[in-house]
Amino acid sequence: MSSPEPIVRFVGIGKTYDGVARIVDNLDLDIMRGEFLTLLGPSGSGKTTTLMLLAGFETPTAGEILLEGKPLSRVPPYQRNIGMVFQNYALFPHMTIAENIGFPLSVRGVPAAEIAKRVERALDMVQLGGFGKRRPGQLSGGQQQRIAVARALVFEPKLILMDEPLGALDKQLREQMQLEIRRLHQRLGVTMAYVTHDQAEALTMSDRIAVFHRGRIEQLDTPERMYEYPTNAFVARFIGENNRLDGHLETAANGRCAIRVAATDTLIDGTLVETVGIGDAVSVSLRPERVQIRAAGHTIDAQPGCRLAGSLREIIYLGDHVRARVALTGNEEFMVKRPISEAHTLPHIGAAVEVFWTPEHCRAFAQEH
Amino acid sequence: MQRGAAASLHAALASVDQDAAGLRRALRRSRRREQLRAAALVLPLFVFLAACFVVPIGAMLSRGVIDADIARILPAVAAVLKSWDGRDLPPESAYAALIADIRAAREAGTLASAATRLNYDVPGFRTLLFSVGRQLPADLSESARDALIGIDPKWGERETWAAIRRAGGPVTDFYLLGALDLRRDADSSITGAPQEQRVFRDVLGRTLWISAMVTLICLVLGYPVAYVIAAQPPGRAGLLLFLVLLPFWTSLLVRTVAWVVLLQKEGVLNSLFLSLGLVNEPLKMIFNRFAVYVAMVHVLLPFMVLPLYSVMRSIPPSYVRAASSLGAKPFTAFWRVYVPQTLPGIGAGCLMVFIQALGYYITPALVGGADDQMISYFIAFYASKTVNWGMAAALSIMLLTATLALYAVYNRMVGVERMRLG
Repeated sequence: MSSPEPIVRFVGIGKTYDGVARIVDNLDLDIMRGEFLTLLGPSGSGKTTTLMLLAGFETPTAGEILLEGKPLSRVPPYQRNIGMVFQNYALFPHMTIAENIGFPLSVRGVPAAEIAKRVERALDMVQLGGFGKRRPGQLSGGQQQRIAVARALVFEPKLILMDEPLGALDKQLREQMQLEIRRLHQRLGVTMAYVTHDQAEALTMSDRIAVFHRGRIEQLDTPERMYEYPTNAFVARFIGENNRLDGHLETAANGRCAIRVAATDTLIDGTLVETVGIGDAVSVSLRPERVQIRAAGHTIDAQPGCRLAGSLREIIYLGDHVRARVALTGNEEFMVKRPISEAHTLPHIGAAVEVFWTPEHCRAFAQEH
Repeated sequence: MQRGAAASLHAALASVDQDAAGLRRALRRSRRREQLRAAALVLPLFVFLAACFVVPIGAMLSRGVIDADIARILPAVAAVLKSWDGRDLPPESAYAALIADIRAAREAGTLASAATRLNYDVPGFRTLLFSVGRQLPADLSESARDALIGIDPKWGERETWAAIRRAGGPVTDFYLLGALDLRRDADSSITGAPQEQRVFRDVLGRTLWISAMVTLICLVLGYPVAYVIAAQPPGRAGLLLFLVLLPFWTSLLVRTVAWVVLLQKEGVLNSLFLSLGLVNEPLKMIFNRFAVYVAMVHVLLPFMVLPLYSVMRSIPPSYVRAASSLGAKPFTAFWRVYVPQTLPGIGAGCLMVFIQALGYYITPALVGGADDQMISYFIAFYASKTVNWGMAAALSIMLLTATLALYAVYNRMVGVERMRLG
């Protein structure tokens, strides 16, 4: 979908407010033309600051940002031609909806008749035709959000930035808006950079996701690869659900490895993701939906290094799937997630069970500091 | 069977009606309880305001329209003149009644009050009244009219009698008209006061002008200050606000006198300017309009800064950022996005400064010249120097009316509920 040519390049960008803490730490990032890139991370990870650097509301303390090959450091925000949608929408309360959407056109000296035409088109685009005469305060949160998007799009910028634009909406509306924004992006082909701390939102909407942590990008990948193949413990923990076991690396060869689980002193097989020395502390990540469960004593189709014994503590029925909490030595909260069709095959609560998996789904990382 | 069903349906509907009525009653009862509780909470303040504020001020203001002296002191002539058509001289009975009234008033010692009241309307009336009292013949063989005209030919003029009739009460528009440089002539129609007696329109206009200028200067000086303070982190903003409020910690009189010290001919500023060679002779900076503006702006500036600050504080920076990202240059973003959102603060600040400035008395009295005195000066003058309470009250009514009118205009344009005072 996205051509390989970058529209924005962050080259060695650094940002600090106090000269000590690095909010953004030597960041290199390319945003490809036409892609939907999400900057995802916990609060304080530097994702919003990165977006503000690009918008021009913050100035980097190191490095350079290039927009279509031109350095941005001397270009003020109002000349960057980057559309922006803010968390609280920032619709001007004293202007009507039409005046709000027309604002970027009127400051560019577009004639009034032309403005009216384009405002109408923008309103239709977000399915709010006929709302032009109202004021922002008369609109619901979701409608205000759409107006903010229309206002950022109406002057046809090549790049749209969104700073947690759906944060104030309730869950249902948020999911609906995620799809709407995604469809808009696909229809218009405009490049979008989107900041959120909600990983489900990032997975739903993005072409690529950049996971931020302590001012650095931990991993930059497609949603699928980000979820299936996290490259470090932070991303594995942050994206999706994750069962963690701590241990030490025993052997490693050809990407496969054996880990001695600290609590039980048993060996398990896994896939080694990062370069780790023999004997170093590692943590193992197992997605709940990649783990199966059987009552102890049943024959199971798993290698010896891909199973652990425990006891079934809890079964949680969730309609579309079932979750089983298993107490293992070393992880009392080990979760197994099975499709609803397997609900009746689950052992009883309190039963001795074995959980098992295949080695490629058991990923070992260097432990986080 | 069917009839039975219909009857039970009717009964059911009636009971629904009854239920609804019961519900409404219950709602009213619970509302009334809330209203009573609310009333009980405001009652102490209401009683205090009524006793210490509304009643005394109302009593004072009523003196601007009540006119009872003449009806009390010269009752007979006042009664006769009520039926006088005013076209010719009053009948003989009026002259006789006046003579009887003046005799009675001299004995009772109240003639001076009546003379003072009539003298407000027609200068020289005091002399006129007292000369009758002194030269009155002991027994009236001739007609009362001839006797009075013999004492002073003014008793033969309609205007003299019209003045007595105008003052006959019980209410009068004499003071209110006077406060607008208007008067009633002998035919009871409203005309302008003689040119040399016109002052109050000038005073009222000057009061409005000075207040407007002070408000404007406060806005121009206060807006950037509030803007800067609102942009500071909370700790520093608190310190800066404290500095803005510092003038409130000193008495108004002391601050005003301090300006006299600073601005006078041999004052601090003039000495400085002279020693720096900026001027060759001392600047005249006191007892003129300049000094009035300086001192009043100094006193009133916090009332402009506080509401502005409060409004600006509540405007998130994302609005101006949004405007900027949409392509607005800094001034455009400021003018079209920021300033309109501060309008409630501008309105509140201007209203507070203007209304307070309208009533200013001490400051212009101390640092202004003769042509810089505002309406309050004249209210004080009539209330304490000449003890013409009617005129003091009428000017107060003008001041109050101007204030309320402004408030109404503001309410219409901005809405008082949007006002933010800090």
